Amino acid sequence: MSTEIRTQILDARAMSRALQRMAVEIVELAHGTGDLVLIGIQRRGVELAERIAKLIEQQEGAPALIPRGALDITLYRDDLGTVGPNPVIGETHIPGDLTDKHAVIVDDVLYTGRTVRAALDELADFGRPKRISLCVLVDRGGRELPIQADIVGKSVKTGPGDRVDVQVEELDGRDQVDVIR
Amino acid sequence: MTAPALGKDLTGLEHMTPEQIRLILDTAEPFKEVSERPIKKVPALRGKTIVNLFFEASTRTRVSFEFAEKRLSADTVNVAATGSSVSKGETLVDTARNLEAMRIDMVVIRHPSSGAAEFLGDRIASNVINAGDGKHEHPTQALLDLLTIRDKHGRIEGLKVCLVGDVLHSRVARSNLWGLSKLGAEVAVCGPWTLMPRGIEELGVTVFGRIEEAIEWADVLNVLRLQLERMEKGFIPSLREYYRVFGVTPERLERSPKPITIMHPGPMNRGVEIDSRVADGPHSVILDQVTNGVAVRMAVLYLLAGGRAELADAAKRGSE
Repeated sequence: MSTEIRTQILDARAMSRALQRMAVEIVELAHGTGDLVLIGIQRRGVELAERIAKLIEQQEGAPALIPRGALDITLYRDDLGTVGPNPVIGETHIPGDLTDKHAVIVDDVLYTGRTVRAALDELADFGRPKRISLCVLVDRGGRELPIQADIVGKSVKTGPGDRVDVQVEELDGRDQVDVIR
Repeated sequence: MTAPALGKDLTGLEHMTPEQIRLILDTAEPFKEVSERPIKKVPALRGKTIVNLFFEASTRTRVSFEFAEKRLSADTVNVAATGSSVSKGETLVDTARNLEAMRIDMVVIRHPSSGAAEFLGDRIASNVINAGDGKHEHPTQALLDLLTIRDKHGRIEGLKVCLVGDVLHSRVARSNLWGLSKLGAEVAVCGPWTLMPRGIEELGVTVFGRIEEAIEWADVLNVLRLQLERMEKGFIPSLREYYRVFGVTPERLERSPKPITIMHPGPMNRGVEIDSRVADGPHSVILDQVTNGVAVRMAVLYLLAGGRAELADAAKRGSE
Protein backbone atom coordinates (compact mmCIF):
# COMPACT_ATOMS: atom_id res chain seq x y z
CA MET A 1 0.00 0.00 0.00
CA SER A 2 1.39 3.40 -0.97
CA THR A 3 1.61 6.07 1.66
CA GLU A 4 -1.11 8.69 1.64
CA ILE A 5 -0.24 12.36 1.87
CA ARG A 6 -2.86 14.37 3.67
CA THR A 7 -2.82 18.14 3.13
CA GLN A 8 -5.13 20.37 5.08
CA ILE A 9 -6.82 23.00 2.90
CA LEU A 10 -9.31 24.38 5.43
CA ASP A 11 -9.08 24.36 9.21
CA ALA A 12 -12.02 25.10 11.51
CA ARG A 13 -11.55 28.89 11.40
CA ALA A 14 -11.09 29.02 7.64
CA MET A 15 -14.14 26.83 7.16
CA SER A 16 -16.18 29.09 9.44
CA ARG A 17 -15.11 32.16 7.42
CA ALA A 18 -15.91 30.41 4.15
CA LEU A 19 -19.41 29.46 5.35
CA GLN A 20 -19.98 33.01 6.59
CA ARG A 21 -19.06 34.41 3.17
CA MET A 22 -21.18 31.78 1.37
CA ALA A 23 -24.18 32.79 3.52
CA VAL A 24 -23.73 36.44 2.49
CA GLU A 25 -23.34 35.52 -1.17
CA ILE A 26 -26.48 33.38 -1.13
CA VAL A 27 -28.57 36.31 0.15
CA GLU A 28 -27.05 38.59 -2.51
CA LEU A 29 -27.69 36.05 -5.26
CA ALA A 30 -31.31 35.56 -4.16
CA HIS A 31 -31.96 39.28 -3.62
CA GLY A 32 -33.04 38.66 -0.05
CA THR A 33 -34.47 35.64 1.67
CA GLY A 34 -38.15 35.77 0.64
CA ASP A 35 -38.24 32.78 -1.74
CA LEU A 36 -35.08 31.09 -0.54
CA VAL A 37 -34.99 27.34 0.18
CA LEU A 38 -31.75 25.54 1.05
CA ILE A 39 -31.50 21.90 0.00
CA GLY A 40 -28.61 19.89 1.43
CA ILE A 41 -27.39 16.76 -0.32
CA GLN A 42 -26.96 13.76 1.96
CA ARG A 43 -24.77 13.35 3.94
CA ARG A 44 -22.56 16.35 4.69
CA GLY A 45 -24.44 18.76 2.46
CA VAL A 46 -27.35 18.53 4.88
CA GLU A 47 -25.21 19.68 7.82
CA LEU A 48 -23.67 22.47 5.77
CA ALA A 49 -27.10 23.69 4.59
CA GLU A 50 -28.28 23.75 8.20
CA ARG A 51 -25.27 25.83 9.23
CA ILE A 52 -25.58 28.25 6.34
CA ALA A 53 -29.31 28.66 7.05
CA LYS A 54 -28.52 29.56 10.67
CA LEU A 55 -25.88 32.06 9.57
CA ILE A 56 -28.34 33.72 7.18
CA GLU A 57 -30.94 33.87 9.95
CA GLN A 58 -28.41 35.55 12.24
CA GLN A 59 -27.25 38.11 9.71
CA GLU A 60 -30.76 38.91 8.45
CA GLY A 61 -32.38 39.15 11.89
CA ALA A 62 -35.29 37.42 13.57
CA PRO A 63 -38.16 37.15 11.06
CA ALA A 64 -36.19 35.40 8.33
CA LEU A 65 -36.61 31.65 8.93
CA ILE A 66 -34.99 29.86 6.02
CA PRO A 67 -36.77 26.65 4.95
CA ARG A 68 -34.30 23.79 4.51
CA GLY A 69 -34.57 20.32 3.12
CA ALA A 70 -32.50 17.22 2.56
CA LEU A 71 -32.05 15.29 -0.64
CA ASP A 72 -30.72 11.78 -1.11
CA ILE A 73 -29.90 11.25 -4.77
CA THR A 74 -29.14 7.52 -4.58
CA LEU A 75 -32.29 6.54 -6.50
CA TYR A 76 -31.48 9.05 -9.26
CA ARG A 77 -27.93 7.87 -9.88
CA ASP A 78 -27.04 6.77 -13.41
CA ASP A 79 -24.73 3.98 -12.30
CA LEU A 80 -26.83 1.44 -10.35
CA GLY A 81 -25.87 -1.18 -12.92
CA THR A 82 -22.14 -0.65 -12.47
CA VAL A 83 -21.59 0.11 -8.80
CA GLY A 84 -24.44 -1.90 -7.32
CA PRO A 85 -26.98 -0.58 -4.86
CA ASN A 86 -26.10 1.68 -2.01
CA PRO A 87 -28.14 0.21 0.82
CA VAL A 88 -27.68 3.24 3.01
CA ILE A 89 -30.24 5.58 1.53
CA GLY A 90 -30.63 8.75 3.57
CA GLU A 91 -33.71 10.76 4.26
CA THR A 92 -35.24 12.98 1.58
CA HIS A 93 -37.29 15.83 2.97
CA ILE A 94 -38.42 18.80 0.90
CA PRO A 95 -40.13 21.67 2.78
CA GLY A 96 -43.32 22.25 0.78
CA ASP A 97 -43.80 22.82 -2.93
CA LEU A 98 -40.71 24.25 -4.64
CA THR A 99 -42.66 25.98 -7.40
CA ASP A 100 -41.57 29.63 -7.73
CA LYS A 101 -38.93 29.25 -5.02
CA HIS A 102 -35.23 29.94 -5.33
CA ALA A 103 -33.72 26.59 -4.40
CA VAL A 104 -30.04 26.51 -3.45
CA ILE A 105 -28.45 23.07 -3.57
CA VAL A 106 -25.74 22.76 -0.91
CA ASP A 107 -23.09 20.05 -1.08
CA ASP A 108 -19.68 19.50 0.42
CA VAL A 109 -17.64 18.67 -2.70
CA LEU A 110 -18.25 19.33 -6.39
CA TYR A 111 -16.32 16.92 -8.59
CA THR A 112 -17.70 15.14 -11.69
CA GLY A 113 -21.05 16.93 -11.49
CA ARG A 114 -23.00 13.66 -11.63
CA THR A 115 -24.41 14.06 -8.13
CA VAL A 116 -25.67 17.54 -9.04
CA ARG A 117 -27.17 16.22 -12.28
CA ALA A 118 -29.09 13.63 -10.24
CA ALA A 119 -30.13 16.29 -7.71
CA LEU A 120 -31.50 18.51 -10.50
CA ASP A 121 -33.55 15.61 -11.85
CA GLU A 122 -34.86 14.80 -8.40
CA LEU A 123 -35.75 18.42 -7.55
CA ALA A 124 -37.74 18.68 -10.77
CA ASP A 125 -40.04 15.99 -9.36
CA PHE A 126 -40.88 18.25 -6.41
CA GLY A 127 -42.12 21.25 -8.41
CA ARG A 128 -40.74 23.94 -10.69
CA PRO A 129 -38.44 26.33 -8.82
CA LYS A 130 -38.01 29.72 -10.51
CA ARG A 131 -34.29 29.26 -10.07
CA ILE A 132 -31.89 26.60 -8.82
CA SER A 133 -28.39 27.59 -7.69
CA LEU A 134 -25.47 25.48 -6.59
CA CYS A 135 -23.39 26.21 -3.51
CA VAL A 136 -20.43 23.97 -2.57
CA LEU A 137 -17.81 24.11 0.14
CA VAL A 138 -15.07 22.69 -2.08
CA ASP A 139 -14.79 22.71 -5.88
CA ARG A 140 -12.12 20.18 -6.79
CA GLY A 141 -12.44 20.40 -10.60
CA GLY A 142 -12.67 17.28 -12.78
CA ARG A 143 -16.12 17.86 -14.22
CA GLU A 144 -17.65 15.23 -16.52
CA LEU A 145 -20.81 17.26 -17.15
CA PRO A 146 -21.42 20.93 -18.03
CA ILE A 147 -22.22 21.99 -14.46
CA GLN A 148 -20.75 24.90 -12.50
CA ALA A 149 -21.22 26.14 -8.95
CA ASP A 150 -22.64 29.62 -8.28
CA ILE A 151 -20.99 29.91 -4.90
CA VAL A 152 -17.75 28.18 -3.86
CA GLY A 153 -16.10 28.11 -0.44
CA LYS A 154 -12.70 26.95 -1.67
CA SER A 155 -11.37 25.87 -5.06
CA VAL A 156 -8.59 23.32 -5.24
CA LYS A 157 -6.91 21.48 -8.11
CA THR A 158 -6.93 17.71 -7.68
CA GLY A 159 -6.22 14.64 -9.78
CA PRO A 160 -8.52 11.69 -10.37
CA GLY A 161 -6.78 9.54 -7.74
CA ASP A 162 -7.03 12.16 -5.01
CA ARG A 163 -9.70 12.30 -2.35
CA VAL A 164 -11.21 15.32 -0.66
CA ASP A 165 -12.10 14.56 2.94
CA VAL A 166 -14.64 16.96 4.42
CA GLN A 167 -15.25 16.65 8.15
CA VAL A 168 -17.98 18.51 9.96
CA GLU A 169 -18.39 18.94 13.70
CA GLU A 170 -21.90 17.38 13.79
CA LEU A 171 -20.82 14.06 12.25
CA ASP A 172 -17.06 13.89 12.62
CA GLY A 173 -16.37 15.89 15.77
CA ARG A 174 -14.40 18.65 14.03
CA ASP A 175 -14.44 21.05 11.10
CA GLN A 176 -11.66 20.37 8.63
CA VAL A 177 -11.06 19.75 4.93
CA ASP A 178 -8.09 17.71 3.71
CA VAL A 179 -6.90 16.61 0.31
CA ILE A 180 -5.48 13.09 0.34
CA ARG A 181 -3.03 12.25 -2.41
CA MET B 1 -17.73 -0.73 1.12
CA THR B 2 -19.31 -4.05 0.28
CA ALA B 3 -23.00 -4.40 1.00
CA PRO B 4 -24.20 -7.77 2.27
CA ALA B 5 -25.74 -9.07 -0.93
CA LEU B 6 -29.10 -10.78 -1.16
CA GLY B 7 -28.06 -13.10 -3.97
CA LYS B 8 -30.00 -13.55 -7.20
CA ASP B 9 -33.44 -14.53 -5.90
CA LEU B 10 -35.74 -13.98 -2.94
CA THR B 11 -37.53 -17.29 -2.46
CA GLY B 12 -38.03 -17.38 1.30
CA LEU B 13 -36.80 -16.21 4.67
CA GLU B 14 -35.77 -19.68 5.87
CA HIS B 15 -32.27 -19.47 4.45
CA MET B 16 -31.68 -15.76 4.92
CA THR B 17 -29.45 -14.28 7.59
CA PRO B 18 -30.73 -11.76 10.15
CA GLU B 19 -28.39 -9.19 8.52
CA GLN B 20 -29.98 -9.71 5.11
CA ILE B 21 -33.46 -9.31 6.60
CA ARG B 22 -32.42 -6.13 8.42
CA LEU B 23 -30.84 -4.79 5.22
CA ILE B 24 -34.20 -5.10 3.44
CA LEU B 25 -36.09 -3.45 6.32
CA ASP B 26 -33.56 -0.59 6.54
CA THR B 27 -33.66 -0.08 2.78
CA ALA B 28 -37.47 0.01 2.88
CA GLU B 29 -37.46 3.02 5.25
CA PRO B 30 -36.49 5.69 2.68
CA PHE B 31 -38.79 4.13 0.08
CA LYS B 32 -41.82 4.96 2.23
CA GLU B 33 -41.18 8.64 1.52
CA VAL B 34 -41.20 8.10 -2.26
CA SER B 35 -44.88 7.11 -2.10
CA GLU B 36 -45.67 10.39 -0.29
CA ARG B 37 -44.15 12.61 -3.02
CA PRO B 38 -46.23 14.63 -5.46
CA ILE B 39 -44.56 12.61 -8.22
CA LYS B 40 -44.45 9.09 -6.80
CA LYS B 41 -41.60 7.86 -8.92
CA VAL B 42 -37.82 7.57 -8.88
CA PRO B 43 -35.71 6.42 -11.85
CA ALA B 44 -33.71 3.74 -10.01
CA LEU B 45 -34.92 0.77 -12.14
CA ARG B 46 -35.38 2.62 -15.41
CA GLY B 47 -35.01 0.23 -18.33
CA LYS B 48 -35.54 -2.93 -16.25
CA THR B 49 -38.33 -5.21 -17.40
CA ILE B 50 -40.27 -7.16 -14.79
CA VAL B 51 -42.87 -9.88 -15.38
CA ASN B 52 -45.49 -10.55 -12.73
CA LEU B 53 -46.34 -14.19 -13.26
CA PHE B 54 -49.43 -15.03 -11.22
CA PHE B 55 -50.74 -18.59 -11.30
CA GLU B 56 -53.13 -17.88 -8.40
CA ALA B 57 -55.68 -15.20 -7.72
CA SER B 58 -54.28 -12.15 -5.96
CA THR B 59 -55.23 -8.50 -5.77
CA ARG B 60 -53.28 -7.01 -2.90
CA THR B 61 -49.94 -8.66 -3.54
CA ARG B 62 -50.03 -8.20 -7.29
CA VAL B 63 -51.08 -4.57 -7.11
CA SER B 64 -48.52 -3.91 -4.39
CA PHE B 65 -45.71 -5.39 -6.51
CA GLU B 66 -46.92 -3.49 -9.54
CA PHE B 67 -46.92 -0.17 -7.68
CA ALA B 68 -43.47 -0.92 -6.29
CA GLU B 69 -42.17 -1.66 -9.79
CA LYS B 70 -43.76 1.39 -11.36
CA ARG B 71 -42.58 3.73 -8.60
CA LEU B 72 -39.05 2.55 -9.36
CA SER B 73 -39.63 3.25 -13.10
CA ALA B 74 -39.38 -0.39 -14.20
CA ASP B 75 -41.45 -1.61 -17.14
CA THR B 76 -43.93 -4.27 -16.08
CA VAL B 77 -46.00 -6.96 -17.70
CA ASN B 78 -48.64 -9.03 -15.92
CA VAL B 79 -49.22 -12.62 -16.91
CA ALA B 80 -52.07 -14.55 -15.30
CA ALA B 81 -52.46 -18.30 -15.63
CA THR B 82 -55.92 -18.09 -17.11
CA GLY B 83 -55.99 -16.68 -20.61
CA SER B 84 -52.30 -17.39 -21.19
CA SER B 85 -50.37 -20.24 -22.76
CA VAL B 86 -50.35 -21.86 -19.31
CA SER B 87 -53.95 -22.91 -19.90
CA LYS B 88 -52.74 -24.62 -23.08
CA GLY B 89 -50.50 -26.87 -21.01
CA GLU B 90 -47.16 -25.10 -21.24
CA THR B 91 -44.81 -25.92 -18.37
CA LEU B 92 -43.64 -23.30 -15.90
CA VAL B 93 -40.06 -23.43 -17.15
CA ASP B 94 -41.09 -23.13 -20.80
CA THR B 95 -43.27 -20.14 -20.00
CA ALA B 96 -40.43 -18.45 -18.14
CA ARG B 97 -37.81 -19.28 -20.79
CA ASN B 98 -40.02 -17.79 -23.47
CA LEU B 99 -40.39 -14.65 -21.40
CA GLU B 100 -36.63 -14.56 -20.91
CA ALA B 101 -36.13 -14.83 -24.65
CA MET B 102 -37.86 -11.45 -24.80
CA ARG B 103 -35.08 -10.11 -22.55
CA ILE B 104 -36.65 -9.58 -19.19
CA ASP B 105 -34.74 -8.84 -15.97
CA MET B 106 -36.95 -10.10 -13.15
CA VAL B 107 -39.86 -12.43 -12.50
CA VAL B 108 -42.28 -12.09 -9.60
CA ILE B 109 -44.05 -15.41 -9.26
CA ARG B 110 -47.06 -16.66 -7.35
CA HIS B 111 -47.77 -20.35 -7.76
CA PRO B 112 -49.95 -22.99 -6.04
CA SER B 113 -47.03 -25.44 -5.73
CA SER B 114 -44.59 -25.19 -2.82
CA GLY B 115 -41.06 -24.64 -4.10
CA ALA B 116 -42.11 -23.21 -7.48
CA ALA B 117 -40.13 -19.99 -7.03
CA GLU B 118 -36.90 -21.73 -6.13
CA PHE B 119 -37.40 -24.25 -8.94
CA LEU B 120 -37.75 -21.40 -11.41
CA GLY B 121 -34.87 -19.39 -9.95
CA ASP B 122 -32.52 -22.34 -10.46
CA ARG B 123 -33.45 -22.55 -14.14
CA ILE B 124 -33.49 -18.98 -15.43
CA ALA B 125 -30.95 -16.18 -15.28
CA SER B 126 -33.41 -13.45 -14.29
CA ASN B 127 -33.94 -12.52 -10.66
CA VAL B 128 -36.90 -14.40 -9.17
CA ILE B 129 -39.04 -13.08 -6.33
CA ASN B 130 -41.48 -15.37 -4.57
CA ALA B 131 -44.91 -13.80 -4.17
CA GLY B 132 -46.30 -16.91 -2.49
CA ASP B 133 -45.69 -20.55 -3.37
CA GLY B 134 -48.19 -23.15 -2.16
CA LYS B 135 -47.91 -23.71 1.58
CA HIS B 136 -44.20 -22.88 1.57
CA GLU B 137 -43.40 -19.16 1.93
CA HIS B 138 -44.59 -15.65 1.21
CA PRO B 139 -41.43 -13.73 2.10
CA THR B 140 -42.45 -10.18 1.16
CA GLN B 141 -45.59 -10.49 3.31
CA ALA B 142 -43.47 -11.48 6.32
CA LEU B 143 -41.03 -8.65 5.60
CA LEU B 144 -43.81 -6.08 5.55
CA ASP B 145 -45.18 -7.58 8.77
CA LEU B 146 -41.74 -7.21 10.35
CA LEU B 147 -41.45 -3.61 9.16
CA THR B 148 -44.91 -2.79 10.55
CA ILE B 149 -44.06 -4.34 13.93
CA ARG B 150 -40.76 -2.43 14.02
CA ASP B 151 -42.54 0.85 13.16
CA LYS B 152 -45.12 0.35 15.89
CA HIS B 153 -42.91 -0.94 18.69
CA GLY B 154 -39.49 0.41 17.69
CA ARG B 155 -37.99 -3.07 17.83
CA ILE B 156 -38.65 -6.72 17.08
CA GLU B 157 -36.24 -8.38 19.47
CA GLY B 158 -37.93 -9.53 22.65
CA LEU B 159 -41.48 -8.84 21.46
CA LYS B 160 -44.11 -11.54 21.91
CA VAL B 161 -45.86 -12.21 18.63
CA CYS B 162 -48.66 -14.76 18.28
CA LEU B 163 -49.93 -16.06 14.93
CA VAL B 164 -53.59 -16.94 15.25
CA GLY B 165 -55.60 -19.33 13.12
CA ASP B 166 -54.75 -21.58 10.21
CA VAL B 167 -51.02 -21.97 10.73
CA LEU B 168 -50.98 -25.39 9.05
CA HIS B 169 -51.88 -24.17 5.57
CA SER B 170 -50.39 -20.69 5.80
CA ARG B 171 -47.29 -19.64 3.87
CA VAL B 172 -47.62 -16.26 5.58
CA ALA B 173 -47.29 -18.00 8.95
CA ARG B 174 -44.28 -19.98 7.79
CA SER B 175 -42.40 -16.93 6.53
CA ASN B 176 -43.35 -14.99 9.66
CA LEU B 177 -42.05 -17.77 11.92
CA TRP B 178 -38.67 -17.66 10.18
CA GLY B 179 -38.42 -13.90 10.09
CA LEU B 180 -39.59 -13.25 13.63
CA SER B 181 -37.37 -15.88 15.19
CA LYS B 182 -34.30 -14.75 13.21
CA LEU B 183 -34.81 -11.21 14.48
CA GLY B 184 -35.19 -12.36 18.07
CA ALA B 185 -38.93 -12.15 18.71
CA GLU B 186 -40.69 -14.68 20.93
CA VAL B 187 -43.14 -16.52 18.72
CA ALA B 188 -46.33 -18.38 19.57
CA VAL B 189 -49.20 -19.86 17.57
CA CYS B 190 -52.83 -20.27 18.54
CA GLY B 191 -55.68 -22.10 16.84
CA PRO B 192 -57.59 -25.36 16.64
CA TRP B 193 -55.39 -28.45 16.92
CA THR B 194 -56.48 -29.53 13.46
CA LEU B 195 -54.84 -26.41 12.00
CA MET B 196 -51.54 -26.59 13.92
CA PRO B 197 -48.56 -28.18 12.18
CA ARG B 198 -47.29 -31.25 13.97
CA GLY B 199 -44.07 -30.84 15.92
CA ILE B 200 -44.12 -27.05 15.81
CA GLU B 201 -43.14 -26.91 19.51
CA GLU B 202 -39.79 -28.38 18.53
CA LEU B 203 -39.00 -25.13 16.69
CA GLY B 204 -39.18 -23.29 20.02
CA VAL B 205 -42.65 -21.96 19.30
CA THR B 206 -45.20 -21.79 22.12
CA VAL B 207 -48.59 -23.30 21.29
CA PHE B 208 -51.78 -21.93 22.83
CA GLY B 209 -54.98 -23.93 22.53
CA ARG B 210 -57.13 -21.06 23.78
CA ILE B 211 -57.24 -17.54 22.34
CA GLU B 212 -57.59 -16.11 25.87
CA GLU B 213 -54.16 -17.46 26.80
CA ALA B 214 -52.63 -16.00 23.64
CA ILE B 215 -54.14 -12.57 24.36
CA GLU B 216 -52.80 -12.62 27.90
CA TRP B 217 -49.30 -13.40 26.63
CA ALA B 218 -48.91 -11.40 23.42
CA ASP B 219 -47.74 -7.90 22.44
CA VAL B 220 -48.80 -8.50 18.84
CA LEU B 221 -51.49 -10.74 17.34
CA ASN B 222 -51.11 -11.56 13.67
CA VAL B 223 -54.55 -12.95 12.80
CA LEU B 224 -54.38 -15.23 9.76
CA ARG B 225 -57.13 -15.59 7.23
CA LEU B 226 -59.31 -18.64 7.74
CA GLN B 227 -59.38 -20.15 4.29
CA LEU B 228 -63.03 -21.00 3.92
CA GLU B 229 -62.43 -24.13 1.92
CA ARG B 230 -60.92 -25.62 5.10
CA MET B 231 -64.36 -25.92 6.60
CA GLU B 232 -65.58 -28.13 3.81
CA LYS B 233 -62.59 -30.38 4.35
CA GLY B 234 -63.53 -30.83 8.01
CA PHE B 235 -60.73 -28.92 9.75
CA ILE B 236 -63.29 -26.83 11.65
CA PRO B 237 -66.95 -27.57 12.43
CA SER B 238 -68.48 -24.24 11.38
CA LEU B 239 -67.55 -20.59 10.87
CA ARG B 240 -69.80 -19.57 13.73
CA GLU B 241 -68.18 -21.96 16.09
CA TYR B 242 -64.75 -20.79 14.96
CA TYR B 243 -65.68 -17.19 15.71
CA ARG B 244 -67.11 -18.18 19.09
CA VAL B 245 -63.97 -20.06 20.15
CA PHE B 246 -61.11 -18.29 18.31
CA GLY B 247 -62.53 -15.01 17.05
CA VAL B 248 -60.49 -11.94 18.10
CA THR B 249 -63.12 -9.74 19.73
CA PRO B 250 -62.98 -6.48 21.74
CA GLU B 251 -64.40 -8.33 24.76
CA ARG B 252 -61.49 -10.74 24.72
CA LEU B 253 -58.89 -8.04 24.13
CA GLU B 254 -60.24 -5.99 27.04
CA ARG B 255 -59.02 -8.67 29.43
CA SER B 256 -55.42 -7.96 28.46
CA PRO B 257 -53.54 -5.59 30.78
CA LYS B 258 -51.82 -3.90 27.80
CA PRO B 259 -52.93 -2.80 24.34
CA ILE B 260 -52.23 -5.46 21.74
CA THR B 261 -51.20 -4.59 18.21
CA ILE B 262 -53.53 -6.25 15.72
CA MET B 263 -52.32 -7.42 12.31
CA HIS B 264 -53.96 -9.33 9.47
CA PRO B 265 -52.44 -10.18 6.08
CA GLY B 266 -55.82 -9.90 4.33
CA PRO B 267 -58.26 -10.50 2.86
CA MET B 268 -60.21 -10.48 6.12
CA ASN B 269 -63.24 -12.58 6.95
CA ARG B 270 -64.91 -10.07 9.25
CA GLY B 271 -66.91 -11.83 11.93
CA VAL B 272 -64.98 -15.08 11.49
CA GLU B 273 -61.34 -14.81 12.58
CA ILE B 274 -61.57 -11.13 13.48
CA ASP B 275 -64.33 -8.86 14.75
CA SER B 276 -64.90 -5.66 12.76
CA ARG B 277 -64.51 -3.53 15.88
CA VAL B 278 -61.01 -4.97 16.32
CA ALA B 279 -60.05 -4.75 12.66
CA ASP B 280 -61.03 -1.06 12.57
CA GLY B 281 -59.96 -0.36 16.16
CA PRO B 282 -57.25 1.94 17.50
CA HIS B 283 -54.60 -0.78 17.81
CA SER B 284 -55.10 -2.21 14.34
CA VAL B 285 -52.15 -1.68 11.96
CA ILE B 286 -53.77 -3.63 9.13
CA LEU B 287 -53.73 -0.75 6.66
CA ASP B 288 -50.19 0.23 7.70
CA GLN B 289 -49.22 -3.29 6.63
CA VAL B 290 -50.60 -2.57 3.17
CA THR B 291 -48.76 0.76 2.93
CA ASN B 292 -45.51 -0.84 4.09
CA GLY B 293 -45.96 -3.61 1.54
CA VAL B 294 -45.14 -1.27 -1.31
CA ALA B 295 -42.01 0.08 0.44
CA VAL B 296 -40.72 -3.41 1.31
CA ARG B 297 -41.25 -4.63 -2.25
CA MET B 298 -39.47 -1.57 -3.63
CA ALA B 299 -36.53 -2.38 -1.35
CA VAL B 300 -36.41 -6.01 -2.48
CA LEU B 301 -36.61 -5.08 -6.18
CA TYR B 302 -33.96 -2.39 -5.77
CA LEU B 303 -31.52 -4.60 -3.87
CA LEU B 304 -31.92 -7.57 -6.22
CA ALA B 305 -31.64 -5.39 -9.34
CA GLY B 306 -28.25 -4.04 -8.34
CA GLY B 307 -26.98 -6.92 -6.31
CA ARG B 308 -25.95 -9.36 -9.00
CA ALA B 309 -22.73 -11.15 -8.26
CA GLU B 310 -21.17 -10.55 -11.68
CA LEU B 311 -21.47 -6.80 -11.14
CA ALA B 312 -19.80 -6.80 -7.75
CA ASP B 313 -16.28 -6.16 -9.06
CA ALA B 314 -17.51 -3.12 -10.98
CA ALA B 315 -17.98 -1.46 -7.62
CA LYS B 316 -14.35 -0.37 -7.68
CA ARG B 317 -15.26 2.94 -9.26
CA GLY B 318 -16.13 4.29 -5.85
CA SER B 319 -19.00 6.50 -4.93
CA GLU B 320 -18.20 9.92 -6.36
